[in-house]
Amino acid sequence: MTGSDVTRDGVRGARPGRDAAPGAFQQRGRRRRKGEEPMVPRAEFDSYYGRPIIKTPPWSARDIAGYFFFGGLAGAGSVLAAGAHVTGRTTTAKAMKLSSIGALSVSAAALVNDLGRPARFHHMLRVFKPTSPMSVGSWLLTGYGAFAGAAAASAVTGRLPLAGAAATVGAAFLGTGVATYTAVLAADTAVPAWHGVYRQLPYVFAASATAAASGMALAVAPTRENTPARWAAGLAAVGEVVSMTMAERGLGMVAETYRTGRAGTLLTTARVLTVGGAACAAFLGHRSRAAAVGSGAMLLAGSACTRFGVFAAGIASAKDPVYTVGPQREVLQRSAAVDQTPRDDRRPA
Amino acid sequence: MTRTTGPSGHLLSGVEPDPARDAGHDDAPPRVGFFTDTSVCIGCKACEVACKEWNAIPEDGIALAGMSYDNTVALGASSWRHVAFVEQQVPVPVPDGRTELPLFAAGAPATGTDTAPSIPGEARGDAGGGVRWLMSSDVCKHCTHAACLDVCPTGSLFRTEFGTVVVQEDICNGCGYCVPACPYGVIEQRPNDGRVFKCTMCYDRLGAGQEPACAKACPTDSIQFGPLDELRERAALRVDQLHEAGVTDARLYGADPEDGVGGDGAFFLLLDEPEVYGLPPNPVVTTRDLPEMWKHAAFAALTIAGGVACSFAASALTGRKSRR
Repeated sequence: MTGSDVTRDGVRGARPGRDAAPGAFQQRGRRRRKGEEPMVPRAEFDSYYGRPIIKTPPWSARDIAGYFFFGGLAGAGSVLAAGAHVTGRTTTAKAMKLSSIGALSVSAAALVNDLGRPARFHHMLRVFKPTSPMSVGSWLLTGYGAFAGAAAASAVTGRLPLAGAAATVGAAFLGTGVATYTAVLAADTAVPAWHGVYRQLPYVFAASATAAASGMALAVAPTRENTPARWAAGLAAVGEVVSMTMAERGLGMVAETYRTGRAGTLLTTARVLTVGGAACAAFLGHRSRAAAVGSGAMLLAGSACTRFGVFAAGIASAKDPVYTVGPQREVLQRSAAVDQTPRDDRRPA
Repeated sequence: MTRTTGPSGHLLSGVEPDPARDAGHDDAPPRVGFFTDTSVCIGCKACEVACKEWNAIPEDGIALAGMSYDNTVALGASSWRHVAFVEQQVPVPVPDGRTELPLFAAGAPATGTDTAPSIPGEARGDAGGGVRWLMSSDVCKHCTHAACLDVCPTGSLFRTEFGTVVVQEDICNGCGYCVPACPYGVIEQRPNDGRVFKCTMCYDRLGAGQEPACAKACPTDSIQFGPLDELRERAALRVDQLHEAGVTDARLYGADPEDGVGGDGAFFLLLDEPEVYGLPPNPVVTTRDLPEMWKHAAFAALTIAGGVACSFAASALTGRKSRR
């Protein structure tokens, strides 16, 4: 570009509305949003040029939401495998053990792939920190991997059946942790849509993991063995709908990140797939193999949609400062109402 | 050793007088910090430059942001100091008996045209309003209860003997957990590197008995470095002074040891609400709620086991007649 763009009439080619007027870029309150309008008019908040306050998690949805799904599938799958093992449903038990070790392998690959320095993945096991859900999770996955691997190896080769049974029980025990700790992993952040539901998210993830595992069991198990999976699918669907409803209810204004945009679409789809899959499994799953496989696929897809939906809601809530400022202002107003004498440093007289 | 615990009986939140000692530094020197007095910040960005130079931080894009004079935009992996520029319209009282000069109209005759630079009406002096510029040099807060440090799974983030929070770059594996954990949005992963970076409060300079580069470079002493106790006293006096001078909006941010992060190692004197500067109004260390989270996760884990057990029991009960 040569010459000056500045003419007597203004800047050539300048886009309208770009004058540096005071406050021109200062976004007071909110942009218009899609979806339903709230019943109560929104409170207005200041922000710094509409910039987010917290940083968006640097995690890729494919790797981390994908890990939430596969980790849940593996963990809850091990519990179903143990149940099948104990009740003599050997085909289901073997299939679920293989599914769990497969899902765990995918999880581990996704986790390592998401690291900024994948070659340093083993630094995760330098320390054990109960204050870091990721540290706890790393150790949990390591222990669980050993059990799940041993259980699967014994089931496939038929060797060391006693050790295999012990490993099956161990994998089921740690598997419940693998399936639920990921909720703590997400909630233990400053992301409003995740931290705000720290009381409910573990139950959402537990239900979603059970739905995925029962879906897998329906898909791989013979119909004569799939009654427990059909029951589990029904329980999981009820649990997921209830816990998700409770989560959204407790969130206040941040709940809209779960109802709008990408997260809203994913979570609505998840609800339809999970409830539909569970219903299909309950009424048709024992009659035909095709119906069982179909309902299993729906349950698996529903669980994946739940995890990707929750992930998307977190990203959306981190990107908009209103979800950081709004709830924090509410807390301040509530404590100011309780304590009628404001602190000197906040509200000078 | 006496340990002061938070209201819930653990060291994850609440008042914590000596974080360095609790981190295991037995002979810890007094905790140091920054007091950034934004009322005297002139927006020169010397702190940003000094920080970049001393810490050899790479260039991270030269672009115009359209946000007043702020083209750094935010703190990040390669911006450990960030000067915010806020343009506000405020009523300016005109003292009695003083002639008000026409600020912008004077330029019109000189150009010889009627089409003087078009300035929106509300920006003119005659609208009864003036423009005030708020400038503030933001930095890592070096929280008393640092969420980034708590959630780091590798032990890369650690508490120094000075009470500050530093990343060990040879340990960090770029898991990125600290990034969404920080309630202030300070720490960030550097693209092309993968690891996270943030202000170290010039750990190397502190070790050599020197003050951090930004504080050294600040020409107006807007950035003050020193023992945290002393800085808090000075800050309180400065707020009183400003209040007496009629600047009733002056308030401290991050100076209260009872706030959600146990007080900041780097705190501020602000002239407006924190969110105007891009700061959270009531930040809370996320690990405050971690014990309760683990409790719920344990119950949730039990519901999986219980739910599956019920499923097998139910199928045994309902399926008895159909199986044999």
